[in-house]
Amino acid sequence: MTHPETKAGSVNRRGVLLGGAAVGAAALTGMPNKLYAATPQKGGLLRVAVAQGGSSDTLDPTTFSGSQQIFLGWTLRNNLTEIGSDGALKPELAESWSSDDAQTWVFNLRKGVEFHNGKSLTADDVIASLNMHRGEDSKSGAKSLLASVESIVSEGAHAVKITLTGKNADFPFILSDYHFNICPVNPDGSVDVSGTGTGGYILEEFNPGVRTRVRRNPNYWKANSAHFDEGEVILINDPTAATNALVTGAVHAIESSEYKTLALLGRRPNIHVESVPGGFHGTFAMNSAAAPFNNNDLRLAMKYAIDRQAIVDTVLKGHGVVANDHPVSPSMPYHDASIEQRAYDPDKAKFHLKKAGHDSLTMQLSVSDGLYAGATDAVTLYREHAGPSGLDIQVVREPGDGYWSDVWMKKPLFSGSWGPRPVPDMILTTAYASSADWNEGAFSNARFDELLLAARGELDEAKRGEMYGEMQRILSDEGGSIIPFFRSYVYGRNTSIAHSGQLGSDWPLDGHRAMERWWTA
Amino acid sequence: MHAVLKMVVQRVALGVLTLLVVSALVFISVEFLPGDVAEQILGQSATPETLAALRDQLGLNTPPVERYFDWLGGILQGDFGQSVISQRPITELLAQRLGNTLSLALLATLISVPLAVGLGILAALKRNTWVDRTINIGTLTAISFPEYFVAYGLILIFSVKLGWFPSISIVSGTVTFAERIHLTLLPALTLTMIVTAHMMRMTRASIINLLALPYVEMARLKGASQRRVVVVHALPNAIAPIVNVIALNIAYMIAGVVIVEVVFVYPGLGQLLVDSVAKRDVTVVQAACLIFASAFIIFNLVADVISIVSNPRLLHRK
Repeated sequence: MTHPETKAGSVNRRGVLLGGAAVGAAALTGMPNKLYAATPQKGGLLRVAVAQGGSSDTLDPTTFSGSQQIFLGWTLRNNLTEIGSDGALKPELAESWSSDDAQTWVFNLRKGVEFHNGKSLTADDVIASLNMHRGEDSKSGAKSLLASVESIVSEGAHAVKITLTGKNADFPFILSDYHFNICPVNPDGSVDVSGTGTGGYILEEFNPGVRTRVRRNPNYWKANSAHFDEGEVILINDPTAATNALVTGAVHAIESSEYKTLALLGRRPNIHVESVPGGFHGTFAMNSAAAPFNNNDLRLAMKYAIDRQAIVDTVLKGHGVVANDHPVSPSMPYHDASIEQRAYDPDKAKFHLKKAGHDSLTMQLSVSDGLYAGATDAVTLYREHAGPSGLDIQVVREPGDGYWSDVWMKKPLFSGSWGPRPVPDMILTTAYASSADWNEGAFSNARFDELLLAARGELDEAKRGEMYGEMQRILSDEGGSIIPFFRSYVYGRNTSIAHSGQLGSDWPLDGHRAMERWWTA
Repeated sequence: MHAVLKMVVQRVALGVLTLLVVSALVFISVEFLPGDVAEQILGQSATPETLAALRDQLGLNTPPVERYFDWLGGILQGDFGQSVISQRPITELLAQRLGNTLSLALLATLISVPLAVGLGILAALKRNTWVDRTINIGTLTAISFPEYFVAYGLILIFSVKLGWFPSISIVSGTVTFAERIHLTLLPALTLTMIVTAHMMRMTRASIINLLALPYVEMARLKGASQRRVVVVHALPNAIAPIVNVIALNIAYMIAGVVIVEVVFVYPGLGQLLVDSVAKRDVTVVQAACLIFASAFIIFNLVADVISIVSNPRLLHRK
């Protein structure tokens, strides 16, 4: 089966109607008075402020974790596949790919692509760039993403064959992960991670933690991309400083705007606040392997005791949607919209609590301010919602420093947060398979594991949809995590910068590819 | 001079001992923080195997005591080592940041010291009048506000409303001297507002003290003008305590301006230190703390020397 383009969004009637309604709503409420120019104009400068990173950041993709690195990675380099602003998987350096059995994949590379130093892109560059994330000694954060890869070989200078140990119909999606930038390979076999790439911009000055400057690559292979002549990426960790910089015009766009100043920001004539639905979600994880949370009635009680809409309205200021205790967001493929949305029901919560054998129960929920903006507020609200059912949730504020080593997955009830993934398989395998390193809720369900494996290799879309639907149901009804919302990306942009009107939902700043996708208005 | 030289040598020796103690304490504190460098680098994407591989690669598996003495040995040979995370030599990392911090401290000093001493003299001369009270209230109010409040206040007025100065002070290698002043003026003003009160009050108190002495009365009787009495006769004797306070404040401006650096996104040592502590980059933290401790020691030494030199009784001790 050949997939030059795999649509990630659902293409049934409901999807089209919902999509149409969303576009209509966006047209009425979201877009400013200015009409976007149909043809992007070349020229100008884009100055962007990112929020995560430090002065010790390097451009080595195996160390990529914060937004400074991810954004720079896609400014200077390309991947084999790309997630477009519409959420669909597009060819990038791989112009097409195919697989008969979802286990052996052949990627055909674009011809005539050159790196910034003049070297031509060949299969060897791709193989070396991917291999640095594999192997015993690799310290790459993406090692587990390629754990199922058995071999990567070249088939000529412009094709790469990747054989997996098991079937995975979503494999091309995995290659769009921010770690898998394609870098040139040196004659001695090592990978050149200095910033040379095939991307739209060439590195001029790299001062991580302060400012990085780039200039346009006149030789860029991608049509209708990279419109700015120059770019600057500035790191501003402090959200207030970032907002100030946006307001005074020192930067054109920032990665994330604080909720409490959104209304004021939106009133400024030269600032537009973007709100893009995404898959980021916060979780409250219960250790289902031990008492008391090994009782599903208690877990259900906890799930009924939370008012999800109130949290979206109060904590996210409306910039999000309610979630149904599973991590497959409405913008992801195979999202099963037919599952009834669990609502706030203190009576049902009380009923399940009694069935679990408690009249009332006191517990401590750990949270850290550093997880996401409003995390502590969300937990405080949860406490208020759960009170009437007999659930006494005590809020424990933990320091952000050391949260991941001391609290997360160590205490019986804690908060977590997950970034979006393009396909359900990635998040389900990472956090919900019984053998997953990061199985927060200590969830173990044989049927779920069986479905997960089967769906991964299933090439028939309808069958896959059914399997993922069943998995979502299992998680919603029996899983160890309470997932109340999916958060939208909210970030401010100066109106002197324009874009196509559709913004990527995988990362802020248009999928962290604003540098090549936006232009001067 | 002999007394001064002896004192300097003694102080330097004591200073080195202090630095040793500081470095040991910093090392121990960072060791006690939860998590370690490897966990910080990999963040949420850390798995037990990648952590082990990274720790091995970074040399974190040797016992702390051994690592500390390795590092100490390196310092004694002039090698500050490399950042644990990025493997870049620390000297190059720190050089630029230190330069930025020093230039900000210099600008703030050039504004605040003449201002504070001037206001102090004025307040001393016009003591108990409304001039004196206004100066006191003004400077004490400025120092009572938290630094970030002062910083945001200045940003609101000068950056957002008036648009005269940028709200972020990204100073990189390619800025001209004039641009640098333009970018760092707001942070320097913030620092000025914070340190002025201390120096002003000390100046005022020392001068008031001296103006009550007989020799000043003598100078007045001789017909010397008010200005001459204060500047030529009183001020030289007031220098010792004033210089001590100025030295302390300058050292503070080098070592204590993290908040101002974060608010203005100024690439100085303070921000680097906070960053490195969060990332558990021990070697960078050590180096930065040593620099801060040295700053305090050096400035205190300079202040003491000036005090002695300006006081003939101490200078020519028998």
